[in-house]
Amino acid sequence: MSMAERSMGLGLRALGRLAGSDVVDRLGVRKPAERILYRATRDGFKAAGAAGRTFKSVNGGAKAKRLPSTTGTGLFDLTPTEEQQMLQESFRAFGAEQLRPNALRADTATQAPEEILRAGGELGLTMLGVPSELGGAVDERSSVTAVLAAEALAHGDMGLAVALLAPAGVAAALALWGDGDQQATYLPAFVEAETPAAASVAIQEPRALFDPFALQTTARRERDDFVLDGVKSLVPLAESAELLIVAARLEGHGPVLFLVESSTSGLLVKANPGMGVRAAATGDVLLEGVRLPARALLGDGDPAVYAQAVRRARLAWCALACGTARAVLDYVIPHVNERVAFGEPISNRQSVAFTVSDIALELEGMRLATLRAAARLDAGKDAAREVAIARTLCSEKGAWIGSNGVQLLGGHGYVKEHPVERWYRDLRAVGVCEGALLV
Amino acid sequence: MINLEIPKKFVPLVGQAHQVAEEVFRPISRKYDAGEHEYPKELDMLAALIDGMNEGSGSGAGAAGVRRTDNGDGGVRNGSNMSTVLGIIELCWGDVGLLLSMPRQGLGNSAIASVANDEQLERFRGKWAAMAITEPEAGSDSAAIRTTAVLDEATGEYVLNGEKIYVTSGERADLVVVWATLDRSVGRAAIKSFVVERSNPGLKLDRLEHKLGIRASDTAAFILDDCRVPKENLLGSPEVDTRKGFAGVMQTFDNTRPLVAGMAVGLTRACLELTERLLREAGVEVDYDKPASSQSAAAAEYLAMEADYEAARLLTLEAAWMADNSKPNSLQASMAKAKAGRTCVDVALRCVRLCGSLGFGEELLLEKWARDAKILDLFEGTQQIQLLIIARQLLGKSSAELK
Repeated sequence: MSMAERSMGLGLRALGRLAGSDVVDRLGVRKPAERILYRATRDGFKAAGAAGRTFKSVNGGAKAKRLPSTTGTGLFDLTPTEEQQMLQESFRAFGAEQLRPNALRADTATQAPEEILRAGGELGLTMLGVPSELGGAVDERSSVTAVLAAEALAHGDMGLAVALLAPAGVAAALALWGDGDQQATYLPAFVEAETPAAASVAIQEPRALFDPFALQTTARRERDDFVLDGVKSLVPLAESAELLIVAARLEGHGPVLFLVESSTSGLLVKANPGMGVRAAATGDVLLEGVRLPARALLGDGDPAVYAQAVRRARLAWCALACGTARAVLDYVIPHVNERVAFGEPISNRQSVAFTVSDIALELEGMRLATLRAAARLDAGKDAAREVAIARTLCSEKGAWIGSNGVQLLGGHGYVKEHPVERWYRDLRAVGVCEGALLV
Repeated sequence: MINLEIPKKFVPLVGQAHQVAEEVFRPISRKYDAGEHEYPKELDMLAALIDGMNEGSGSGAGAAGVRRTDNGDGGVRNGSNMSTVLGIIELCWGDVGLLLSMPRQGLGNSAIASVANDEQLERFRGKWAAMAITEPEAGSDSAAIRTTAVLDEATGEYVLNGEKIYVTSGERADLVVVWATLDRSVGRAAIKSFVVERSNPGLKLDRLEHKLGIRASDTAAFILDDCRVPKENLLGSPEVDTRKGFAGVMQTFDNTRPLVAGMAVGLTRACLELTERLLREAGVEVDYDKPASSQSAAAAEYLAMEADYEAARLLTLEAAWMADNSKPNSLQASMAKAKAGRTCVDVALRCVRLCGSLGFGEELLLEKWARDAKILDLFEGTQQIQLLIIARQLLGKSSAELK
């Protein structure tokens, strides 16, 4: 079946389900739903599939809880705390035992197996950025912890790591910028539920030279509401998402973030897998006259909050790049030592050996730059420059490492028997993606 | 806890070193680039000042020793390796050639400080020591050196014979640390380092080189002609232990490579800062939040260069931090040296291009920095040697397997 036919099929299936749904009539949205579905059928968009969870809105009273900055000795130090080391070890083991063996299957299916998502919930990934008084697991800001977690998981598989960590990013955003009501409304679905809510941060838009500070998705005020229009792309878990944080340009103001429940009328989704991170089930989100209450605005529309979100997302991708690039290094070392050509291991040749050296040293630079930016965020320092540097390194050196991982395996690197072709695809995501998840 | 910022306690030291670079080095940079082999007498006063700083704080602003001491309390330490590297970064932001010409701050001093015993440390205190490793027929393969050392049992002296080239500050130093072999048939295990007084009549200055850059620093060639050295001047153990191999002399490199990486980091920052200013005057401002592809090509290039600079800087600090905390850092030291060496050459040459005739001309210092930069990817182990060291460690290869 061609891509177009498949899209059409999805649209018609959605039509069938919606048309028969009582909810449509009860909410009095049959007319707009039909209009939307007409278009959705044409473009392959459909209503978000995750009808499951409803968020019980909390109004008034709740006071926002914030994590304090970390305070350290101020010494230059590369030693993770004991707690971080424990997490690192368990995530690394989870990556090796659960993610790596399922990676190819998930990549092909363009979705994460249910049991992996459940296991992610058990690991408490969504609790890592949330204060313990809100049911989370931490008492200080912990971008460094989130970076170490993302790195460890992406060593197993980047696509699955994104699927697992996208909800964690939304939870962290709520902890960082949500007001008391927003935290009370949404955080329980991330810290109490057995399987955390499917959620992600939708910033990217489908065009060349996309700049997250020059959005085409718009939000306009209509009385007390906001009305959103536009298209978001490369949104992890797009079809299953229950909650999205959507970036839009608020007219007369600038880029801001909104909390959007995917059941909101006018929000449609479409699977749209890319060359990599396919297990993250990326897709497009279409917003057509999506009407949101005033309380959906995150962080009071503060431009600094938006900039922070963009930077933290970039840093999350850096962390993923470090993990996957490390997987490449760990994989090529035994390979070049065992592969024999012209009577000796190919690693006896400088052209091969030096490539391994270059991978190792560029990776170490990527990693240190990423950790520095994360530690600055945790200390409450400005990190615009440090994030830009980490992103530049992780995007360019990361893709270079992915390419050379394949190169060192030669033809073997090009076939799916070895994971390096997947890492080649996944590592390209790092310079492309904006948003999706954050640390 | 992970933190990659410079600790507060080093801020005064960095500030002092920066002041020296700005007010002493920069104003005379061009003068001693033009007047190669002239002695930069301005440095004498400065050296005295730095000796005072070292005495006072216990952490040098220049290439003081980088000695490994046990750190009793088990906590994290930011010690002399880090403070030294930070000082060097600032001074080389000023001028690499002048840093290399700093009295009593030679690589020989690092070697002595790193591997000498207490008696030797005391005896050579306050002396300026150069380092003589390279020979006309042995550069990167320092294990192939031909300079010999034969023990004269009667007098208790070693007799050194051979030829040494590329000895930084060789003419000006008080001491020269000479690498020589006790037995050429044994290979690297027999290579030892000897402290030779510059006034020793057997140590004959052959010539001073004319160079591409770092022209403020004199580079000497010596003939060792029956040069007699007291046996107490041998650094490390006199035993030829084939199992330990090169360990003694090579250990010096683990400590000094981050310092040379620091030199490259300082020079790179000088290039970037000047280029940033000239680009701004040309109407180009770098925006850290906007994607590089949506900015001007010059801004995007600047961002890419700055990223490499930061990677080099952090690798350098990592290697120094490991040394301070008694962690084996041979791998990280070579990574830092390789990354910083390639980055400073790449950045300097690109900055010259971006700045056009201002970059290429002699009115500003950019063209000089681009010439100075190249040495930093050569000495203390070339780029290729660093890659070999890294690869051998990662792949578990011997030097016979991975040549």
